[in-house]
Amino acid sequence: MHRSTSHIEQAAAMNRRAFLGRTSLGLGALGLGSLVEPSQLEAATSGLLGATHHTARAKRVIFMCMAGGPSHIETFDPKPKLAELHGQPMPESFTAGQPIAQLQGQALKCQAPLFKFERFGQSGQEISEVLPHIGGIADEICIVRSMHTDQINHDPAHTVMNTGTSISGRPSMGSWITYGLGSDAADLPGFVVLTSISKDGRNPQPIATRQWHSGFLPSRHQGVAFQSHGDAVHYLSNPPGVDHASQQRAISTINRLDAMRNELLANPEVETRIAQYELAFRMQTSVPELMDVADEPQHVLDLYGAKGADGSFAYNCLLARRLAERGTRFIQLYHRDWDHHNDLTKFMKICARDCDQATAALITDLKQRGMLDDTLIVWGGEFGRTPMAQSNKGDVGRDHHMRAFSMFLAGGGIRGGMTYGNTDELGYHAIENPMHVNDLHATMLHLLGIDHTRLTYRYQGRDFRLTDVAGQVVRPILG
Amino acid sequence: MKRRPLLLKTLAAMAFCTLLPSVTRAAPPAPQFHRDVRPILSNFCYRCHGPDAETRAADLRLDQREGLFGNSSSGAPIVKPGDVEGSELLRRVMSHDDAERMPPPAANLELSPAQIETLKSWITAGADWQNHWAYQPPTRPELPPAPPQSTDLDHPIDRFLAAALANEGLTYAEAPDPVTLARRLSFDLLGLPPSADEVTEFAADPSEQAYAALVEQLLVSPHYGERMAVHWLDLVRYADSCGYHSDVEQPISPYRDYVIEAFNRNLPFDQFTREQLAGDLLENPSIEQRVATGYNRLNKTTEEGGAQAGEYTAKSAADRVRTTAGVWLAATLGCAECHDHKYDPYTARDFYSFAAFFADVQEQGVYKAGTREPELKLPNADQLARAAELNEQLAACTQQLAAIGEAETEAPQRDELQKQEKQLRADLRKLEASYPRTMITVSTTPREMRILPRGNWLDATGEVVSPALPAAFAPAPTSDRRLTRLDLADWLTARENPVVARVFVNRLWRLFFGAGLARQLDDFGAQGEPPTHPELLDWLAVEFIDSGWDVKHMIRLITSSRAYRQSSIPTAELVKRDPQNRLLARQSRWRLDAEFIRDTALVHAGLLVPEVGGASVKPYQPEGYWEFLNFPKRTWRADEGNNQYRRGLYTHWQRTFLHPSLLAFDAPSREECTAQRAVSNTPQAALALLNDPTYIECARKFAERTLTEPESADDASRIAWAFRQAVSRAPSQAEQKLLAELLAASRAQFEADKSAAEKLLAVGQSPRSTELDPAELAAWTGVCRAVLNLHEAISRN
Repeated sequence: MHRSTSHIEQAAAMNRRAFLGRTSLGLGALGLGSLVEPSQLEAATSGLLGATHHTARAKRVIFMCMAGGPSHIETFDPKPKLAELHGQPMPESFTAGQPIAQLQGQALKCQAPLFKFERFGQSGQEISEVLPHIGGIADEICIVRSMHTDQINHDPAHTVMNTGTSISGRPSMGSWITYGLGSDAADLPGFVVLTSISKDGRNPQPIATRQWHSGFLPSRHQGVAFQSHGDAVHYLSNPPGVDHASQQRAISTINRLDAMRNELLANPEVETRIAQYELAFRMQTSVPELMDVADEPQHVLDLYGAKGADGSFAYNCLLARRLAERGTRFIQLYHRDWDHHNDLTKFMKICARDCDQATAALITDLKQRGMLDDTLIVWGGEFGRTPMAQSNKGDVGRDHHMRAFSMFLAGGGIRGGMTYGNTDELGYHAIENPMHVNDLHATMLHLLGIDHTRLTYRYQGRDFRLTDVAGQVVRPILG
Repeated sequence: MKRRPLLLKTLAAMAFCTLLPSVTRAAPPAPQFHRDVRPILSNFCYRCHGPDAETRAADLRLDQREGLFGNSSSGAPIVKPGDVEGSELLRRVMSHDDAERMPPPAANLELSPAQIETLKSWITAGADWQNHWAYQPPTRPELPPAPPQSTDLDHPIDRFLAAALANEGLTYAEAPDPVTLARRLSFDLLGLPPSADEVTEFAADPSEQAYAALVEQLLVSPHYGERMAVHWLDLVRYADSCGYHSDVEQPISPYRDYVIEAFNRNLPFDQFTREQLAGDLLENPSIEQRVATGYNRLNKTTEEGGAQAGEYTAKSAADRVRTTAGVWLAATLGCAECHDHKYDPYTARDFYSFAAFFADVQEQGVYKAGTREPELKLPNADQLARAAELNEQLAACTQQLAAIGEAETEAPQRDELQKQEKQLRADLRKLEASYPRTMITVSTTPREMRILPRGNWLDATGEVVSPALPAAFAPAPTSDRRLTRLDLADWLTARENPVVARVFVNRLWRLFFGAGLARQLDDFGAQGEPPTHPELLDWLAVEFIDSGWDVKHMIRLITSSRAYRQSSIPTAELVKRDPQNRLLARQSRWRLDAEFIRDTALVHAGLLVPEVGGASVKPYQPEGYWEFLNFPKRTWRADEGNNQYRRGLYTHWQRTFLHPSLLAFDAPSREECTAQRAVSNTPQAALALLNDPTYIECARKFAERTLTEPESADDASRIAWAFRQAVSRAPSQAEQKLLAELLAASRAQFEADKSAAEKLLAVGQSPRSTELDPAELAAWTGVCRAVLNLHEAISRN
């Protein structure tokens, strides 16, 4: 034992001398300070790209995922022809050879739109009457009616929307973006996911952690899903009986001991761990501060329709603004109730009640604060819904549809007040300026100052990217 | 970015150094084709001039000898050995004309001056060609002579490594102290920390014999199989849930136990391979061999409404190709699903022909809720006994009923007996439903397998293919018989197979050195890295085959080398010279895997229930974590009693919502084959180790031990005892002092606030010692918590 200790200590003394020789600062000094200087954490939060590829129009993204797949025919894509053909068989010229989900083996009949459309704003954009608040910001948003994707079932379609491919294990867009750009949030994660449901909605979509996973990118770029029950971040609260001061004392002791030992070992991993313990400790304060909206004036709560910290979509929209203010790079808001196979009228109203006002409020609020210009907003589902009725589960609804759907974008370099692309007269295929999910990703990265073909990561011998082997920047929608 | 301290700059510089791909050398030797030249060609040229016929430009193929040494379309020799000027390749990569320069500007790729220099010197030196290293069957190389001056470097591994080091003017690092060595062995072989007594014993006699005895002792531990299983379960993507959408539970844990048991009884790797891929096709397969075929059922599956069976059958076929090629061949064959491979000689036909091996696996494209047939029921002895008992009673009941007959007078007794009979049948059904089940492979009429153009399952225009091995590896089958999964397994483990033994020993090497001899554990293709010590890798591969695919033999061999028994503390010079430790002039050090971090804390707490195998278990998990799951909605109920304190590898593996503590320490979701886990260092990990109730409870029980087990009762002795349990060594005076200060502060806090102590001690199910003063126990809980959080406590050095 004694002999061996002296071995270690000899080696250690050598290392210590060598290490101190390289730096003017002993490692011990780091752990003995009460907190690591914030700038020391840059190693963990800075991105791969020292500078963007070109001038960025957006600094951050708020991506609103209407999980389940909102019907484009009842939101942003008016189809009067469908009303004319209501109840008649869907022409086979549209459906022959096409994949089909829950309507497998059933008669395919045209279903008239269930809501009227109105013209909104100076731009006169056509938006469903069920989304009047979004109508109120029509001049801010660019509606894309020609989105299409590769997958007809929720799980893989979400995976395409988030990672650009249906194969599991690839990094999500938020991970790619924080990998490229890092984050400006000193005490909060750079990529945050917030999830909500309606209390009276249809069966909510399951959303896997895969949707915000960092895949083969370094794990620190993984999205952090804030929980709506208990700690917002797992294990955030001190253990029962441990107060703030005791927690600080514990962490300080751990860090001092690690730093002391590292004088012998000169292991950079230990340095990182010490910094991460400091960050964890700061998050124990910064996250609760973020989540507590008591300092928001009533008129702001009213704008969103938020009733405080109730886990609702409105509350999450307000948190998204607070995260944006604090420098979080990528914020994803899920609302999980948009899978309207049946009772579409009823459930669309419920979803609109919970999402319409809050969505518009977030955009309005950001604009008032001068943050819309550099915040890219994206709103939409993982796919759209069939022009055909689904009638086997109750009052009429629509089935999954991958050949066309609508999304909208706003802020961060997007041209507001315009509609881009179009579907055929029945809303089945995206025929004019079709925009694939990979194109959406390419455009998002472009607005963030990133050339999507140049943000790559070598894995299994290949340079992977968010847009895989495809993706075109859609320039007509840029402001 | 404003005030960046000097230290950070240094760290950043060090981090940058670690990105450098090769070791700094005094004078570069002549480039070797497979090590230096092919990687450049592959990276910069193969995308357009490689294996993929569809995207090949100018009909020029540089991944084959004929193309590389042939002529361009204009008749110029591409590579003219010995003549840089006369080689079109060099003219084009050096051209300043955008229209001429290769790669073209649109490719976003540019050769560095050093890479151009490498190509030049390779051509000047005669432009030798080597076939890709991984596709040549390994032959046993001659051992280099042992260095004359050393007596202890005649181990085969050391002779290869020491010879390479001598070329660099380096030698091995000194031996580690016996404490570090005992700890290293214990983590490497069991995934568990050694007990303080084990360490003391070895430190008292660290002789060769004692070391060998320690290795043997660990190799026969049942926990060895658990440790080995963790890496295998990552590869085969073992999980307790189906992965898609509803992510419902699937019955498969007996397969996990089969893997543990296979490693424990040292099942030869060729047989291990055969049983998993084709156990059902063996003659009179045993129950274990049928359980092993669960391997073919580990692909993700769906129950989602509206899912199309054809689409998911295609997905699972592709999933099996990706995984099987990844597990045994370290081949990215999955890239050939939509097109021929861009870098390696795999065609889309190879992909679908490989998939065809599994076309006989009975499965559903879309499963009905809760079913995953075919399954095997595996009642345990108690259940069988109970079933026999029930059957006996049932028989008696039926007999009595028959005896009574139809007589009206016996009606009350008959009613009673019928009631009994009904109850017994219900009990029997219930019992049988509770039998452990596991998904297995049953062979059925093979599905038609077509080449799917662009991977599109709706496109039925592609050619129908039969099972066949990738043409790059094996000649086209000559037999008229349709090849089976058993043929595939036999081919994988045939002596002539160029890859499988190398792939396995390379991954084994990683378990003991932190990195493979070939760094890319999952890619032995053109884009992977050639091995740092190709002769050693080949020697080990042949040794593995010759030993009868004996895994324990290989582990004895590796751990008995001097290379394994080096210190992991690098000198500053070595960090600079070989930051990635490619030369192995030292051992490596790393943070433990997620599961082993849990196990380690449970050991120190005295809570670990060392039972091997069984159904997966549910440790504490934050409430509401499963709220995003649906179809059906589920609540995680933490296990009570023994199952709360099982090893991490038994944790219920929910693919879409893996336990947050495992996730925080980089355990993979196991949706896809994982050969190497990422190692992160995040605030989430810090929060988990600090605040997860599992670790708080462990700190409390560890504190109870600290207050009851040491022989001396003073604070200093207790601190030293606890410290030694956790990191195997005694604390320094300074360390001792810091912990004493923490103890004093904690004592003051908890004595002033007894209710806080009560709250802290209430965490976890395990009963609390009633004999110890709550404030004192809480104070020590704080000390033990700090010790469990030390980097050293969760590291293998």
